[in-house]
Amino acid sequence: MKRTIFSNQLLPWLLLAPQLAITFIFFLWPAAQAIRHSVLRQDAFGINTNFVGLANFRALMNSAQYLNSLQVTVVFAISVTLLSMGFSLLLAVAVDRMIRSTSVYTTLLVWPYAVAPAVAGILWWFIFNPTIGVMPYVLDVVGYNWNHMTSKTDAMILVVIASAWKQISYNFLFFVAGLQSIPASLREAAAIDGAGPVRRFFDITFPLLSPTTFFLMVVNIVYAMFDTFAVIDATTEGGPAQATNILVYKVYFDGFVGQNMGSSAAQSVILMLIVIALTAIQFRYVEKKVAY
Amino acid sequence: MASITLSNVGKVYAGGTRAIGDVNLEIADGEFIVLVGPSGCGKSTLLRMIAGLESITDGEVRIGDRVVNQVEPADRDIAMVFQNYALYPHMSVRQNLAYGLKNRRTPKAEIERRVAEAAEILQIGPYLDRKPRALSGGQRQRVAMGRAIVREPAAFLFDEPLSNLDAKLRVAMRLEIKQLQQRLGTTSIYVTHDQLEAMTLADRLVVLSAGRVEQIGTPLEVYRRPATAFVAGFIGSPAMNLIPARAVGHLPGTAHAGLVGIRPEDLTITPEGNIEMQVQAIEELGAQRLVHGLTGGETLTVTMPSDMPVSDMLRLSVRREALHLFEAESGRRIG
Repeated sequence: MKRTIFSNQLLPWLLLAPQLAITFIFFLWPAAQAIRHSVLRQDAFGINTNFVGLANFRALMNSAQYLNSLQVTVVFAISVTLLSMGFSLLLAVAVDRMIRSTSVYTTLLVWPYAVAPAVAGILWWFIFNPTIGVMPYVLDVVGYNWNHMTSKTDAMILVVIASAWKQISYNFLFFVAGLQSIPASLREAAAIDGAGPVRRFFDITFPLLSPTTFFLMVVNIVYAMFDTFAVIDATTEGGPAQATNILVYKVYFDGFVGQNMGSSAAQSVILMLIVIALTAIQFRYVEKKVAY
Repeated sequence: MASITLSNVGKVYAGGTRAIGDVNLEIADGEFIVLVGPSGCGKSTLLRMIAGLESITDGEVRIGDRVVNQVEPADRDIAMVFQNYALYPHMSVRQNLAYGLKNRRTPKAEIERRVAEAAEILQIGPYLDRKPRALSGGQRQRVAMGRAIVREPAAFLFDEPLSNLDAKLRVAMRLEIKQLQQRLGTTSIYVTHDQLEAMTLADRLVVLSAGRVEQIGTPLEVYRRPATAFVAGFIGSPAMNLIPARAVGHLPGTAHAGLVGIRPEDLTITPEGNIEMQVQAIEELGAQRLVHGLTGGETLTVTMPSDMPVSDMLRLSVRREALHLFEAESGRRIG
C-alpha cells in the first residue's frame, strides 16, 4: 500500500476535521448530554433543574413498565435477528445455486433496503390493517381473527415482520458474498465424500459461513435495538398495553411525549451500556468459536 | 479396483461450445493413466466428467461394469485429489480423513483402523489432531491423498495435485505418488500440464489438445513415435525442433513431408554434417548446454556437452531414424 507522509502538521488535522466534527457533534456531544441529563431532574416547564444523583436509574429499576420494556426488547431483538437472518440465508443459498439470472434476483432482493424505515412501517401497517388490510382478510379465511390493535401477540408479530423485512436485503448481500467465497472444490469434495446437499450445507457451508453469520448477528441485534424506532412509531406506537414498547421507543416516548427528560436520558444511557456490553461479549466469546 | 472405459465421450456446453469431443479410452484395472495437455485442452473437464462433477453430453463412461453417466459422484466409488487440496478447514486432519467414511456409515472401529493405516502410510500420524491451516503445503498434500486412500475406492482421480508445491517438493511427491499407487494397485487417472510429471508417473499417457485425444501410449512410445506434430512439440524437454521440410530439403526421405521433427539431443556436431546452423544464443544447463540458432531461416535448438567449444557456425548431422516426418496441414505422422 502507498503511504503518504505529510511534512505539514496542520494538513492531516484539516483533512480529518470534517469526520471528527461529525463524530463529535452527532455522537460524542449528545452522548455526553445524555449522561449529564441522566443525573438531573427537571420540572415540567424546564425552569428548575436539580442534581439527583442516581435517583433516575433507581426509579427505572423499580418500574414494572421499564422491566416489561426490557423483556419486550429481548423477545423483539431475538425474533427480528432470527427471522431476518434465517430468511436471507435461505434466499442467499437459493441464489447461490442458480446458474443464470443470479444478478437479476440479487438486484431485486436489495430493493427493500432502500425503503425508509417509516415507509416500511406504513407499508406493513396497510397490509396488516384489521379494517382494510389484505392479510387479515386472508387470515380470516383460515379462521384467524387478526387484530394487532388489541392482541399483544399480533402486534409483536407485526413489528417483528416489518423490522426483519427491511434487514433481509442487507443480510442477503453479505450471505451471498460469504457463500461465493467458499471454494467450490470444498463442496465438490464433500459431494464425492458422500454428503448429500442438506448434509453438505450443515457440515461444510454453514460452518465456513460462520464469520459472516457472526458479523451479521452483531449488526442485526444492534439494528433491532436501535434502528427500529420508526417502524414501531409508524405501526403500533408501542401498544397495545406496552406490548411492543421496546427500549428505544420508550426513550423517545418518555422524553419527548412524556417530557420526563431525566428518566429518558437515564434510559438511553442504559441502552448504550447494553449494546456496548452485548457487542463486547459477542466479540470475546462467540468469535473464538467461529475462528477455524 | 476396477477398469474404466470411456466410449465416444463428449461434452458440449449449454451455449454450444464443444469442450470434449469423442474420447475413447480403456483403462485396465490398476493402471496409472496420465491426461496431459496445455491449459484449456479439456483434461480437467474430462476428469471431472469421470468424477461426476460435470455432466456427460455424449457417449458413456463405465467404471467396472456399470455405466455411471447418471450416477451421483458419491456413488461412483471414486476418490479425488484436488489442485487446492480442498481440505475442510474447520475439521481436524482426523475428521477430514474420516468424513467420507462417516457419511457412508462405516463402523467406528473400522474408521479408526483405516485412518490409522493411512496416517501410517503417509506419515501424517503426528498431525492428526491439527487443523489444515497449521500444516505445510506438502503435509496438506498428504492429507488430501489420505482422504482418498481411506475410502479404498475403485479409482483415484488426481487433478493437478502437485502444481501448488515448490519445485523440489514436487519432484519428491511425484515419486511418492508413484510408489503409493504401485503399492495399493488402485486404478488412477492423473491430470497435469507438466509433461515431465506425465512421463515419470504414467503407465500410459493420453495427450490432449483442444478437447481431442492426440495420442495414447506408454511414455516411451509417445516420446519415440509421436503421432502428431502437436505431440512431438509437447512431449520432451527441450522441445523437439519442428521445421518446414523445405528448410532442410536436402535431408534424405523428407521429400513428401510438410514438417520435419528433430529432437535437440539427436543432432550431433561434426565437421562433415550436412545441416548448417548460425548460432544466436546459448543457454548453460550445467552438464550440457542448449544452443539456439538459424538454419535456412528457421530456428533450431541443439543440445551439446558443455565442454565442447562453440563457434558462430556449426555443422550438424542427424541419423535418418531420428527424423520424425509430419503432414503439413493435419500434422499427422507419415514416417
